[in-house]
Amino acid sequence: MTTTAQTYAGAAPSARGGSITRNRRKVLILSYVFLVLFVIFFLTPPLYMFITSLKTSAEISAEVSPWWVFSPTLANYIQLLTSPVYLTFFRNSILVSTFVVAITMVVSILAAFSLARMKFWGSATLATGVFLTYLIPDTLLFIPMFKTFAFLHDLTGIEFINHWWVLVIIYPTLTIPFCTWIMIGYFSSIPKELDEAALIDGASYMQLLTKIFVPVALPGIIAAAIFAFTVSWAQFLYPLAFTTSTDQLVLPVGIVTTLIKGDVFNWGQIMTGALLGAAPPLILYAFLMDYYIAGLTAGATKG
Amino acid sequence: MAEVKLRQVVKMYDETPAVRGIDLDIADEEFVVLVGPSGCGKSTTLRMIAGLEDITGGEIMIGDDVINDVPPKDRNIAMVFQNYALYPHMSVFENMSFALRLKKAAKDEIRARVENAARILDITELLDRKPKQLSGGQRQRVAMGRAIVRDPMVFLFDEPLSNLDAKLRVQMRTEIKKVHQKVRTTTVYVTHDQIEAMTLADRVVVMNGGRIEQVGAPGDLYHAPATKFVAGFIGSPAMNFIPCSLEEAGQGLRIRLTDDIGFLVPEERAGRYRPHAGSGKLCLGIRPEHVLEQRSQLEPNQQVFEVGLDVTEPMGMDTLVYFRVNGSEVCGRVNPNAGARPGERMKLVADLNNMHLIDDATGKVL
Amino acid sequence: MSVIAHADRIQAPPGAAVRRRKSFLRRRSTVAFFMALPLILIVALLVLYPASYAVYLSTLNKTMERFVGFGNFLFLFKRDSFWMVVEQSVIFAVTAVLFKAVIGLVVAHFVHNLPAKGQRKWRGMLLVPWVIPPAMSTLAWLWLFDPSYSAFNWIFAHFGIDPVPWLGNPYWARFAVILVNVWVGAPFFMIMYLAALKSVPDQLYEAAEIDGANWFQKLWYVTLPMMRNIISITVLFSLIVTFANFDIVRVLTNGGPLDQTQVFATWAFRLGIESNDIPLGASVSLFMFPVLAFAAIFILRDINRRGNEA
Repeated sequence: MTTTAQTYAGAAPSARGGSITRNRRKVLILSYVFLVLFVIFFLTPPLYMFITSLKTSAEISAEVSPWWVFSPTLANYIQLLTSPVYLTFFRNSILVSTFVVAITMVVSILAAFSLARMKFWGSATLATGVFLTYLIPDTLLFIPMFKTFAFLHDLTGIEFINHWWVLVIIYPTLTIPFCTWIMIGYFSSIPKELDEAALIDGASYMQLLTKIFVPVALPGIIAAAIFAFTVSWAQFLYPLAFTTSTDQLVLPVGIVTTLIKGDVFNWGQIMTGALLGAAPPLILYAFLMDYYIAGLTAGATKG
Repeated sequence: MAEVKLRQVVKMYDETPAVRGIDLDIADEEFVVLVGPSGCGKSTTLRMIAGLEDITGGEIMIGDDVINDVPPKDRNIAMVFQNYALYPHMSVFENMSFALRLKKAAKDEIRARVENAARILDITELLDRKPKQLSGGQRQRVAMGRAIVRDPMVFLFDEPLSNLDAKLRVQMRTEIKKVHQKVRTTTVYVTHDQIEAMTLADRVVVMNGGRIEQVGAPGDLYHAPATKFVAGFIGSPAMNFIPCSLEEAGQGLRIRLTDDIGFLVPEERAGRYRPHAGSGKLCLGIRPEHVLEQRSQLEPNQQVFEVGLDVTEPMGMDTLVYFRVNGSEVCGRVNPNAGARPGERMKLVADLNNMHLIDDATGKVL
Repeated sequence: MSVIAHADRIQAPPGAAVRRRKSFLRRRSTVAFFMALPLILIVALLVLYPASYAVYLSTLNKTMERFVGFGNFLFLFKRDSFWMVVEQSVIFAVTAVLFKAVIGLVVAHFVHNLPAKGQRKWRGMLLVPWVIPPAMSTLAWLWLFDPSYSAFNWIFAHFGIDPVPWLGNPYWARFAVILVNVWVGAPFFMIMYLAALKSVPDQLYEAAEIDGANWFQKLWYVTLPMMRNIISITVLFSLIVTFANFDIVRVLTNGGPLDQTQVFATWAFRLGIESNDIPLGASVSLFMFPVLAFAAIFILRDINRRGNEA
């Protein structure tokens, strides 16, 4: 009896297992085929940027396949990276993004700690309100902001428009609500006993934040910082509306407005500029992909 | 080292009372365990002593100082949490020295105190590890070490063993007791496990519904519970409660359970029980270990009765037998060789030296 | 410490004790309030104030000297180009979001099918369009759609297909704008849905399989209901972002040809900043508000419901 039971037990799953494996393999092959198609669709533009960036103007306008580089050259890269104008764009972008990330992190970590843990009158409403302000788009705010800064100029004599640092004042409105929101999520997931233990150990609220919450929630903080950086690096509307002089432009606007001149597009240079402009977020993404994705999904899955 | 005094301590959450005015004096070096079912207010009481909850009314004193409005860090207490609450980003050494580092103590002193505490708990070789690399028992030791390093006036333990598996729990229980014998710091310990309470405590405080039911040494609570709640809460398997009536029977008194089963009240208790004779709802309380198999030699006040067994549970050392009397399920604890079989009738002995008579209306043990 | 304790021992009347405790609590929430204050100030001064200022601006005349009430709106309602922008904005947002959601769902499923080891690198490649600043990647599309050198048309030529006037013809231009938007946004949907797919317990699929469900029934009765929350919240988010989109249209077509691809954001920019009619620009941008409010209400309801469940 034992023997028969064993044969049955052995035979049945292997037969069924075979069809399951075959089915799985079919699904898997299908998945790979479609994924390859989608990857081609998703990666064509950046690859094409790269291909074009290696070409001379002569090759671009020649009657040859645009999908291949016949005489690769780094001339476009050298030209851009030695051009003071382009380097100014780069510098402005780096300055703006660095300041914005710093401001965003300080403001949203403080606020998230306060809203997630300390609570005060109206703090719950404020947490929801913060989330809702994240939904107000830049395209609704840029006109009244433009007018407000003009008004402030009349009032104080300080020229806000056409200075790169005005972006440091404006960008936090794009980054702080979302970063605060995801930091609230990360802070809330820290067990309450941890702050109680720290309070008993003699930590003040500030020490509780800097010595316990910040180190424990570091992955969340990195994710939020990456988000803040990519948003400020990519922002296009505000610099387009608020800055016009070449020396005040940030990278995306600089490339679009100065490299595209009239009808004579120097596509080799434009693509090189765009690729270099896309490089910092791409590099950050390549090294910190998990944090990047955590920050992206945190907004919807937490809270 | 210090004593802790609670005076009419009340805690309200909005309108809901969690602690309804308790008085408690904890002596210096004493190990006191607060025990009770969940929601009885034991944890809230502990957290009020720690300063993690505001005190709605009354006073708490540590040493000679009222500490109602003193922040936790200035109360000179240390607390061990159920989930250990170790700082995950710090090594064991950093965890244990955190309080001292915040106080800006000298480096040598910090090292000396941490190493001393580590030696007491036998965790010296773990000092460089992170909490993530430790087992549950080791984490528990580190949490205790963190408390010892601070050399506080009072140790507070909030269900420290609940996250451990059964075997480790027993082991750590002994460990905690050993540590207390070494450092002799006044300790308040909260648990829902009455065995933990009995084994650890100098005195046990049984709480229920935000009030203290009874305070006493473990033996006193076991042998002389003050209320039906304490009688039922302490001891495992729990005490049997059988509805009964009390009748005059010639010179003495008789406890009548059913038409067939009744016991004579031991003489020395007759005087105490007489005023309740014939009165309303009474209840006989007797522990399973005092319901035995019939023996040839009966001691005074041991009385025989016969019942039909429903279920038997061999435990090895004893066999538990279950039967019904007057609508209540009753458990007895008999010798495994007594031949107890489910569905059969059996003669048992009730040891009335250890009986309790309870007034069901007030819940008091008479 | 002993000073505080001493003071406490002296305070006998219960009223005093209550007052002290309140101040103790108040201190804590004061600290909390000051920690949140920078956030409150930034939100109030740089988001809420400009948003309400936009409403005020929309009631002024072009030189901003005279109050015209609904004058700007009445003016807009009478212009064909306004209704064209409305139509294009709605077509653009609805079509793009629909395709982003469907493509995202499909790709997420394919990635989810892969063995766990290989998922990372596929996911990594598929998210690239979302990582590149849209203004930069749109430049690449602009070059791919170039009237004389379009790399797509070069391929088509090999199959004997006539060159497509990608950005020259109104219909093709609309298609191109939507295509680029889908390209940028679909990876975001993919990543969200992938996270949601991973949160569906395997036992549910096994149970469904034992109950005799085929792949479609599993999708319909298990996957989609379990992902309903994430799907609705991503769609609403995306609806707001797409409706307010500026970068892609601005770089790709700049509203052309003949304002056929103009959406609210680009048109508001054209009127408000470039033509210097700030009140009219503000009026146009305010039309994004109803969509925003609609989505916000739904998202808020979702947050509240989740709050109650927790």
